[in-house]
Amino acid sequence: MKALSIQGLTKTYRNGVQALRGIDLDVEEGDFFALLGPNGAGKTTTIGILSSLVTKSAGRVEVFAHDLDRDLELAKSCIGLVPQEINFNMFEKVFTIVVNQAGFYGLPLDIARAQAERYLRQLQLWEKRDAIARSLSGGMKRRLMIARALVHEPRLLILDEPTAGVDIEIRRSMWDFLREINQRGTTIILTSHYLEEVENLCRNVAIIDRGRIIEHDRVSRIIRKLNQETFVLNFRDEVPALPELPGMVARLIDAHTAEVEVSKEQSLNSIFAALSASGIEVVSMRNKVNRLEELFIRLVEAGGREGMPK
Amino acid sequence: MSEFTHPGAGARVRWVGFQTIVRREYGRIVRIWGQTIVPPAITATLYFVIFGSLIGRRVGEMDGVSYLQFIAPGLIMMAVITNSFGNVVSSFFGAKFGKHLEELLVSPLPNWLIVLGYVAGGLMRGLLVGLLVTVVALLFTHLPIRHPGVIVVSVILTSMVFSLGGLLNAIFARNFDHISWFPTFVLTPLTYLGGVFYSMSLLPAWAEGLSHVNPILYMVNAFRYGFLGISDVSVTSALLVTVVAAVFMYALVVGLLNRGTGIRD
Repeated sequence: MKALSIQGLTKTYRNGVQALRGIDLDVEEGDFFALLGPNGAGKTTTIGILSSLVTKSAGRVEVFAHDLDRDLELAKSCIGLVPQEINFNMFEKVFTIVVNQAGFYGLPLDIARAQAERYLRQLQLWEKRDAIARSLSGGMKRRLMIARALVHEPRLLILDEPTAGVDIEIRRSMWDFLREINQRGTTIILTSHYLEEVENLCRNVAIIDRGRIIEHDRVSRIIRKLNQETFVLNFRDEVPALPELPGMVARLIDAHTAEVEVSKEQSLNSIFAALSASGIEVVSMRNKVNRLEELFIRLVEAGGREGMPK
Repeated sequence: MSEFTHPGAGARVRWVGFQTIVRREYGRIVRIWGQTIVPPAITATLYFVIFGSLIGRRVGEMDGVSYLQFIAPGLIMMAVITNSFGNVVSSFFGAKFGKHLEELLVSPLPNWLIVLGYVAGGLMRGLLVGLLVTVVALLFTHLPIRHPGVIVVSVILTSMVFSLGGLLNAIFARNFDHISWFPTFVLTPLTYLGGVFYSMSLLPAWAEGLSHVNPILYMVNAFRYGFLGISDVSVTSALLVTVVAAVFMYALVVGLLNRGTGIRD
């Protein structure tokens, strides 16, 4: 069964901005799915439409075969949403926030309390149950939003950049938790800027850019397409001109810095060999952009700026 | 919890959801009691001391009852109106501003039910404060109860109308200034000119005629009739005006939310 089916989804905001230009997307039940894209690509608009926070302009959306136009209440009851921005009442207690959300989904008070305790314990927030929400740390606030989204045990959990601004230790414990939830049968869709997160968690991925899906495939296959990285090299002394680097595109940024594009088939040793032969000493080296940005750039360039096919 | 996605569970989900909104609104009223309960009681006490006890003695009788008795129902109704309105406008706009309104918007609860939940919150605070002001009034004067049914119906309908008014204001408000404009420039003048402090018989003919387009005049007079058995307008038309206003406002607010006005992009 399809957890999510989107056909011809478009969204044009009142200010004329066309956020979505006809998206088609299917997510199978039980999948751990990533929706990736640069800022302003249309990820949050898509999630907003799925969760009824944004009104679509055209197109059809079904959540577990419940049409958003015809069976809105049933479609909504299948979804749990963890939004990008904190959106709980900062002046309410942690326990109250989760119990109330369960109530909005129809869970009677006794079940709501039991469910809230269950998920607050699982997300290590039970000790904070009587704390006022605004007193929580950033990581705790993120976990509270996950507990709140899960309290009615949705069949589809949507997370919009759930680990943004969270330290690596908490991020990894959140990954373990999400993996466990997915293994128990919950379909998960997440957006992220961390390729590592997507590689670790997701089976399938769609890449969205300027309101269109430009890639939709298994994560492993997409990662294989990332065959080029750009490195920034810093030199100890001034370098007037770079030597020939075989098969690579290199350019001097300033007298002490150069950029070199390296494909996966090429060896970094050949760069150092050529530079050493010219008496140039490299003191440091780093990736110019992270791998996900690199991937976006390659895919967008490959698709062309207009009329990018799916 | 798949049973909650079953079509037959719809009514139960809605009932529990409604109870949850009401419980949350009650929690909010109690949590900030220093803003919601105490100030109206202090204001009412000052009105009774100054207008009723000090100035009222010199005014003498109005429409056959003491001035203090005459203004007491109006002051109770004024407290009900301002608190019903104030509760919903601040709660709904606060939720919109703080984004926690999204907790309700993503849930399976329909907009008509969300509106009822907020109206119930406005009713709770309006009636609670109304009761408190009644107790204060009884410290200053005797208040007979001539038509209890009219009192109950008129106070509930009026509280509903102004709870819906608060919601309407909150839907269109984009900042905190916007939620103070309507009470300052519309609600307060209409309340003061709605026969709380004087009888229509004191006004020149043109002003009396003009007053009849003010819906608060009908609400205050119906309520006063319930206590004292006197009214400047027909009680039947007063209750009818209030019912029509409540139905119109409810349909308007639900229609706006269904269109996504003020809450969805």
